[in-house]
Amino acid sequence: MVPMSYFVGLSALLFAIGAAGVLLRRNVIVIFMSIEVMLNAVNLAFVALGRRLGSMDGQVIVFFVMTVAAAEAAVGLAIIISIFRNRETINADELNLMRW
Amino acid sequence: MTPGVFMFLAALAVISALGTVAQRNPVHCLLALVATLLTLAVIFIGLDAVTVGFLQAIVYAGAIMVLFLFVIWLLNLQAELRSAPGYLALKAISAVLCAALAAELFLLLRHAPTAGGAQAAAPPGYGSLDLLATTLFADYLVAFEITSVLLLAAIVGAVALARREPSRRDVTAQAMAAGATTASSERGA
Repeated sequence: MVPMSYFVGLSALLFAIGAAGVLLRRNVIVIFMSIEVMLNAVNLAFVALGRRLGSMDGQVIVFFVMTVAAAEAAVGLAIIISIFRNRETINADELNLMRW
Repeated sequence: MTPGVFMFLAALAVISALGTVAQRNPVHCLLALVATLLTLAVIFIGLDAVTVGFLQAIVYAGAIMVLFLFVIWLLNLQAELRSAPGYLALKAISAVLCAALAAELFLLLRHAPTAGGAQAAAPPGYGSLDLLATTLFADYLVAFEITSVLLLAAIVGAVALARREPSRRDVTAQAMAAGATTASSERGA
């Protein structure tokens, strides 16, 4: 049997990798993918700790996280298309529309 | 799940997550991300969360990733240039912050009351579609209904954002053409 702390440790590692992607990359789509990695790391923690407690609540919350991730991807990618149409770039360093 | 299988899956997940973050070509990033998601789906199934594991493979690695792929192809993205200018100090600070975040999470989760200890055997039917649906439609019914409103808002919002306004089409096309000419002339010069 694998100890539950291994799963939780893997979840922490994946979350840190996703956070590094958000901070280090400049391509907005890759930043989005890093956010998906972070969401999945949290899903893993939910499933592992729910399994440890023997309750289904963790898995139901994973279900909701997937739904929110789908909504986020749809709206976020629409925003990216809209930005690309106006600015011809999706480099986060060149997007300064909200700077004053 | 035996420790050997877990170690293999964990290594696969970490390597492909690093690939997602580190690759230059967005399509390669996406492929690595699909590998991460599928590995996590297998880990979910190993944790007796069979339904959620299959949902992960179908919804995440299937539907959401296809959406990403369509956008990457629609925008015709190229691989980034290797010699990115500047920001070295910022990158160093970011790397240090991420290492600190990982250490913090390790410490925090190691001391979580449920993290350690031996796991009991799963109750019969744990992770099955039956039990998931019973929990979802009994205890979480309100949240489920609110989710449907969220999805509706997301659909309307995505269509409204990505739609090109008809009255401004000519203006936008002219602006894009002008931008393309300027860009090509700059590239030529």
